Amino acid sequence: MSILVNRDTRLLVQGITGREGQFHTRQMLEYGTNVVGGVTPGKGGEWVAGVPVFDTVKEAVEATGANASIIYVPARFAPDAIYEAADAGLPLIVCITEGIPVLDMIRVRAYLDQRDTRLIGPNCPGLLTPGEAKVGIMPGHIGLPGTVGVVSRSGTLTYEVVYALTLRGIGQSTCVGIGGDPIIGTSFVDVLRMFQEDPLTDQIVLIGEIGGNDEEKAAEFIDRYVTKPVTAFIAGRTAPPGKRMGHAGAIIEGGTGLAADKIAALEAVGVRVADHPEHIPDLVAENLP
Amino acid sequence: MKLHEYQSKQLFAQYGIPIPRGKVAATAAEAREVATGLGCPVVIKAQVLVGGRGKAGGIRLARTPEEAEAVAAAVLRMTIKGLPVNRVLVDEAANIRDELYLGMTIDRAARRLAMIASSAGGVDIEEVARTTPEKIVKVHIDPFLGLRDYQARDLAWGIGLAREHWGDFTRIARALYEVFMDSDASLAEINPLALVTNDEGRMTEGEGRSSSPLGPPSSALRLLALDGKIVLDDNALFRHPDLAELRDLSDEAPAETEARLHDLSYVKLSGEIGCMVNGAGLAMATMDTVKMFGAEPANFLDIGGGATAERVAVAFRLILSDPNVKAILINIFGGITRCDEVARGILEGMREVKTNVPMIARLVGTNEEEGRALLQQANFITARTLMEAARKAVEAAREYSG
Repeated sequence: MSILVNRDTRLLVQGITGREGQFHTRQMLEYGTNVVGGVTPGKGGEWVAGVPVFDTVKEAVEATGANASIIYVPARFAPDAIYEAADAGLPLIVCITEGIPVLDMIRVRAYLDQRDTRLIGPNCPGLLTPGEAKVGIMPGHIGLPGTVGVVSRSGTLTYEVVYALTLRGIGQSTCVGIGGDPIIGTSFVDVLRMFQEDPLTDQIVLIGEIGGNDEEKAAEFIDRYVTKPVTAFIAGRTAPPGKRMGHAGAIIEGGTGLAADKIAALEAVGVRVADHPEHIPDLVAENLP
Repeated sequence: MKLHEYQSKQLFAQYGIPIPRGKVAATAAEAREVATGLGCPVVIKAQVLVGGRGKAGGIRLARTPEEAEAVAAAVLRMTIKGLPVNRVLVDEAANIRDELYLGMTIDRAARRLAMIASSAGGVDIEEVARTTPEKIVKVHIDPFLGLRDYQARDLAWGIGLAREHWGDFTRIARALYEVFMDSDASLAEINPLALVTNDEGRMTEGEGRSSSPLGPPSSALRLLALDGKIVLDDNALFRHPDLAELRDLSDEAPAETEARLHDLSYVKLSGEIGCMVNGAGLAMATMDTVKMFGAEPANFLDIGGGATAERVAVAFRLILSDPNVKAILINIFGGITRCDEVARGILEGMREVKTNVPMIARLVGTNEEEGRALLQQANFITARTLMEAARKAVEAAREYSG
């Protein structure tokens, strides 16, 4: 009952010996995620929290049969980590790293577009399939197994919404943080398609924000292909134009990326848009059987 | 990070894009010297990091060095859209026949590099895109192939440029692509890319032309980058220490500069409710909720991860540097960090802060009861929901000002 990650995920941690990598490896293991190995160039042969460390991704994949990778590598080395994981044939890469130069991501996208690798992020909190696997930095305790698919460009705002759903007894199939950068690996549309096809997702929560036109594209896609109820929230109605609101991608430029336009596009195709984050569980509850 | 026109054009020139002869001046006397050296007429251009300089009267012609001095003095006294004019660019005046647009950017919707050209130059390209989109042509560029010559020709043909200029246009497009990629820009535009004539003697004659990397013109008309704009990717500045030094701090509110140095995201706004939040999305949602109760946020501020004492201390300093602030709303989602630890961090961070401004706090997550109790003991107004917190903050601000 999930998309992207579940009990069968065999996870590799790139940057496992770093501070973040070590901390979150322990968190993911505690949650029950099957972390099979880690990679830090030059640290092969070491162990982190009982997980073997390898020098290269290729070697790690051969030794462990990993089928997904999570990247906790500083921005200047992260693109190389993504290329390495893709070249080793991993079908799923999740990149947490914030601050990767946008031209590096343009090259990464152009490279990945020609392969069968899915990238989630960068600058994202990762994935959580409650009760099965946590891949990234989301706090595990906020989720509850269930049938609501959550997809978001944010971090803590996502946690807030997921936790509020959980407190109401409404569980989630998978929570997906797609990231706050202007160029990301997986868009709202990609995740909406997966949720629509997932037999155990009954409805979808979409959390967007100012900048770009991914929400507008999501609205078009929902209109054509999504039959499950969608509830949305768009952050940044009070954001001024031309200013980056924390996320590199959260900026109103040349009159595009406005919250009002996104809300209008979503409402026009029948999506219910919450006025504030705490309103989301009320709207979701109305769709429950 | 935005570069000034004169900085952008200097970079263009390093890559072989022809620009007018000119020099930047910080005083009226300097402007006169430059005008004397170039020969008149000259154009005096305010160097501020906002659009619409022309409409605001920040771009003016001067026919003599004396006039250049007077015009520069007037322009240097101006404030354009809130930004003081600290420098003017003195450029030789050009005899313009036609104005084109050429820009390199990231097409976010397509997630690809794009070069854009238009026959409608000299005006805001976004305005052109809205009103006459048929005048805009665009090519997407593979970052591993780079801009190919045929793509530049596609642009030249698409905007109806006369064939005799295609060679120069292609060289300029290639140079613009290179300057964009080499400097890790998110925007590099020439607007206008003008077709100028040499007809009127010394108006465009001089060293600038003979040293033009494009060589002698094949006709009386030639292409010249009259204005330029480059926006750099802040995340890539670590690769470009030389470009990072070009930052103009007068473009930023002082608090924004301090926030940047502490690696915090802060944007000053004009309202009265200071906001301290962990996470950018949640920070925007908090601002929006304040607005629902009829007040305006004073700022956007993301203190990141676990709300450590050190970050909280800087955040309080930033928020309180704004005299409009009449209440501070703290909204923290304690994810992996427990809320009692977050509360201790907030209290420790506040130790050095002396203020009567009311503080409203909402903590969510593990141990939130304990966290709330700690803050209540320290005279914080606490709330369980974001709606409750925003309402209390707006009420407290009204009482504080009253």
